[in-house]
Amino acid sequence: VMLPLKEKDKPLVQKLLSSGCCPRCVLRFQNNSSFINKSQSDADAEQEADEAPPPKRFKPEETELMREEESPVCPVCLGVLQEHCDQTLASKVAEAIKTENYEFDSLVLSVSLPAQLCVREHSCWLHVKTEVRAKSLVLGKDDVIQVKEAFKWNMQSLVSKTLGGAAVVSKSAFEVGVEFVHPDTDKDCHFLATTCSDCFKPTKNKESVFTRMAVVKALEKISDTNFLKHYPCPPPRHSSSCVSRDVQCLHTSVFIAGRYNKFCRSLPQTPWLINGERRMESSVEELIAGPILETFRATGFNFSSSGREDVDVRTLGNGRPFAMELINPHKPKFNRDQIKKIQQEINDSSDKIRVRDLQIVSREAMGRMKEGEEEKTKSYRALVWTEKPIEKEDISFLNDIKELTLDQKTPLRVLHRRALAVRPRVIHSMSSEYRDTHHFYLELKTQAGTYIKEFVHGDFGRTKPNMCQLLQTETDILELDVESVDVDWPPPIPE
Amino acid sequence: MDDDVTHVETETRAPSVIDRYYTRWYRTDLKGKPSEDHCILQHSNRICVVTLAETHPILQNGRTIKSINYQISDCCSRLKNKVSGKSKRGGQFLTDFAPLCRITCEAYQVATGNLTILAIIPFTEGYIAVILPKLEESKSITENLLTRDEFEKVVAKRNIFPSQPS
Repeated sequence: VMLPLKEKDKPLVQKLLSSGCCPRCVLRFQNNSSFINKSQSDADAEQEADEAPPPKRFKPEETELMREEESPVCPVCLGVLQEHCDQTLASKVAEAIKTENYEFDSLVLSVSLPAQLCVREHSCWLHVKTEVRAKSLVLGKDDVIQVKEAFKWNMQSLVSKTLGGAAVVSKSAFEVGVEFVHPDTDKDCHFLATTCSDCFKPTKNKESVFTRMAVVKALEKISDTNFLKHYPCPPPRHSSSCVSRDVQCLHTSVFIAGRYNKFCRSLPQTPWLINGERRMESSVEELIAGPILETFRATGFNFSSSGREDVDVRTLGNGRPFAMELINPHKPKFNRDQIKKIQQEINDSSDKIRVRDLQIVSREAMGRMKEGEEEKTKSYRALVWTEKPIEKEDISFLNDIKELTLDQKTPLRVLHRRALAVRPRVIHSMSSEYRDTHHFYLELKTQAGTYIKEFVHGDFGRTKPNMCQLLQTETDILELDVESVDVDWPPPIPE
Repeated sequence: MDDDVTHVETETRAPSVIDRYYTRWYRTDLKGKPSEDHCILQHSNRICVVTLAETHPILQNGRTIKSINYQISDCCSRLKNKVSGKSKRGGQFLTDFAPLCRITCEAYQVATGNLTILAIIPFTEGYIAVILPKLEESKSITENLLTRDEFEKVVAKRNIFPSQPS
């Protein structure tokens, strides 16, 4: 297929070709999207039909430069559009997806380009801009088709075809990334660091200060004259083209929520590490996460819950709401029955915990769990020891205490990781159940965030009032159960 | 541990809060003064609670505490020390013999119960200070302290050869 070249475009095309631009870059600068799905040979034919490259002038004494001048690598896209938009790359992408065995409805192709392509693009734009203005052709920088766009237009259909017709779209939860790098990125961008030093601040995680963002910012700031003083126009030829790195596949996180019971007094909620050494063999989050991670084939997870209980505390009743972010799930879709199966699998795997209401939720819905957490109430049942012998009548007055506000100094138990503060917390109601001369059960309905153990033993007087003060004797807490966590999320799922 | 059945020892006391969560450490005859013993309770989370050992003269013979002064110098008050955030910015750094407070007592009076917080140390109420050792120092900080057993041995010896007050 040969496209007729518009007469008014001729000077522009000639200028681009003589700078060594590849046909796709020529079309980009013409704002001509006709190269979509067109093979490189078609574009080559078009070029030959229109223009022969003008003779180059050589400087025989500069051999290095000569080689670069002769280099067939497009100085604007450094080979990305010129040689990399091909079946080889499409096959590489398809292979990566297949190797990791992703299940997906659609995918979005993303591309990361070395930062110096921005510099070269800018140089080329300045080169043709002057020419174009002289020919009174209206063309703004925004009218140039971006390398990224041209790359995607070319690759999307190729990748789709290679994957047997998969939907390659512009927005998808499944992202497949192709990254191009070039050995001389820093060298090409270096002049910007001296002209716009404030744009390039070293950061810990980046290998180079010349990130794409920083370079774009610097190019927005630099004046054309200053740019032209420091960088050749048109962009200089280079002997080597970009290289593509490993294909990166990433499915956006899936969120799963439910409620858990904890029936064991020797099970922490999260892995318990002291000086890097494990204290308990398992944890609530690991028992829940195991079957979920395996089924979703996720590479990691973040567990969060509506509060947490100590290792020696049980959570009974309807359980405690929790949610998990599943990172990079390779199999992200499950129906209700399948989720129910996973829940069953968790419940069959251990007697220490039980999960209910397991369901897939949105990221936003997950926020509802943490929202207004302090206003929610929780119910507890504690076994209390008293130093002085007690009679039933001695503790009956507790039943009449309502809306008791405690001032809780950050408990010593958590002071190493929580800020020091005095937090007022409300005990809405209490009831006592006499057991024997030194023990009674205490049932409490409290504002979330109340430290129950400290309320009972006093924490060296850091929680006031405390049970020791109320009963005028030393008291201690021997057992504690969470009876309910009154959060109406996630919605119940009928068994 | 059986979780479904509750076992309660009615006769003997179960391990106390301090037994369960803290390690007791001691230093005797602080600054060379006989029987001025301190007890440091170190929580498993490395927090240290400084208290007086039960052998300390302040806790002997029914003395009561008149006042506790945390104003160490004109510009340094242990009580007004404000810390902020998880990392406790603004906390005062302490060295081995840095004074924490000055306690004034009335001698030979019968304690009247709830008068002071220190009188019932080191049981359920009151302490002199809470110290959060640096993470890297949390182990070494107790190296020069006595364990409960060692402390008991020192106290036993003291009772055989009482030191003469100078």
